[in-house]
Amino acid sequence: MVSLTIDGNVVQAEERTPLIKIAEKLGIRIPTLCYHPALEPYGTCRLCTVEVVKKGRARLVTACNYPAEEGIVVHTKSERVIKARKLIIELLLSRCSKAKVIQELAEEYGVKEPRFGEGDEDCILCGLCVRVCSEIVGANAISFTSRGIDREVSTPFHIASEECIGCGACAYLCPTDAIKLEDIKGTRKIERWDTSRPLQRCSICGNYFAPVAQLEYIKNRLNLPEEIFQNCPNCRRKSYAEQVAALGHI
Amino acid sequence: MNLVLVDDIIARYRWEKAAIIAILQDIQREFNYLPQEALTYAASRLAIPLTQVYSLATFYRAFSLKPRGKHLITVCLGTACHVRGAVRILEKLERELGIKAGETTDDMRVSLETVNCLGACALGPIVVIDGQYHGQMTSVKTDSILKKLRKL
Repeated sequence: MVSLTIDGNVVQAEERTPLIKIAEKLGIRIPTLCYHPALEPYGTCRLCTVEVVKKGRARLVTACNYPAEEGIVVHTKSERVIKARKLIIELLLSRCSKAKVIQELAEEYGVKEPRFGEGDEDCILCGLCVRVCSEIVGANAISFTSRGIDREVSTPFHIASEECIGCGACAYLCPTDAIKLEDIKGTRKIERWDTSRPLQRCSICGNYFAPVAQLEYIKNRLNLPEEIFQNCPNCRRKSYAEQVAALGHI
Repeated sequence: MNLVLVDDIIARYRWEKAAIIAILQDIQREFNYLPQEALTYAASRLAIPLTQVYSLATFYRAFSLKPRGKHLITVCLGTACHVRGAVRILEKLERELGIKAGETTDDMRVSLETVNCLGACALGPIVVIDGQYHGQMTSVKTDSILKKLRKL
């Protein structure tokens, strides 16, 4: 355990805990677009920038991947932090002027018109989709490609990926809603990845409930009862409830 | 495509995942670019996700996913070369070859590329032709180099 100070609160924390986690426990909100507790910190959006004073020297660091150290003093709302954060928001707004989440941040921080133009890009390259696909799902269907101003997230060779199981975790996590997922007539489409996957019909109610590829993927990894792959969650819940009811009063 | 060549290259590095960059360099040396088929094959042989291999291949300027010409001309546009007139050299080459930077002539003889620094700034402006560094380039020198290249 180490002892550190965040916004005047002296706290104990496990060594190397990311600062953002400690702040969260204290009820201190640090804005972020690329951090997710289930994923490895990445430090790309820079929004969680805070000031760390160590041995009398203050510097700006990202709270999502800066590890707790003995004796450091952290300021999450100092003038310097707010100024830096404003610039970051302005830059994000210049790239993605139409993204709602960034417009809201701009509103909150009083960022008016971005000085660097108003781009209509929808992706901020936070990497949440890439990380969830490789770290949690394990499908590795998408990744960062190219670099510098050409950097983007895509499938290898920009063609429909064989690895994508259509789970939609990427679309779910995307902070700017840049990944659109649509289920139309038994097919799941993720346009950004040029992917379409057939959906499985529930053997009871007949509704489509999950991509076949995703169910196959889970089946190959976990030893689960067959009905999980045949019936939708609603029908399963109903059937379990009926089974419990049939037992009567025990 | 002869994928056995890719197998040979991978075997040379003992199927070591960490050697992926060296493997890609060798594949490029063999085929003069990184063919999609070779990348997919190497990724599966090494059990590296294709996404990672593709990320690497598109990250480094030295790799090309498009077939390159027989000869490769690289113009350095780093700061030092830039202020010493590298842009003019590049424009001249583009004019003479009838292609833009990043393109290859229709007869697949010459590819023209740019790079952001070669770390030999004192020699600027630098043009690399098939691995040979030509320093202190001038318009006249460019002419004579192109003349030589046409004879090759």
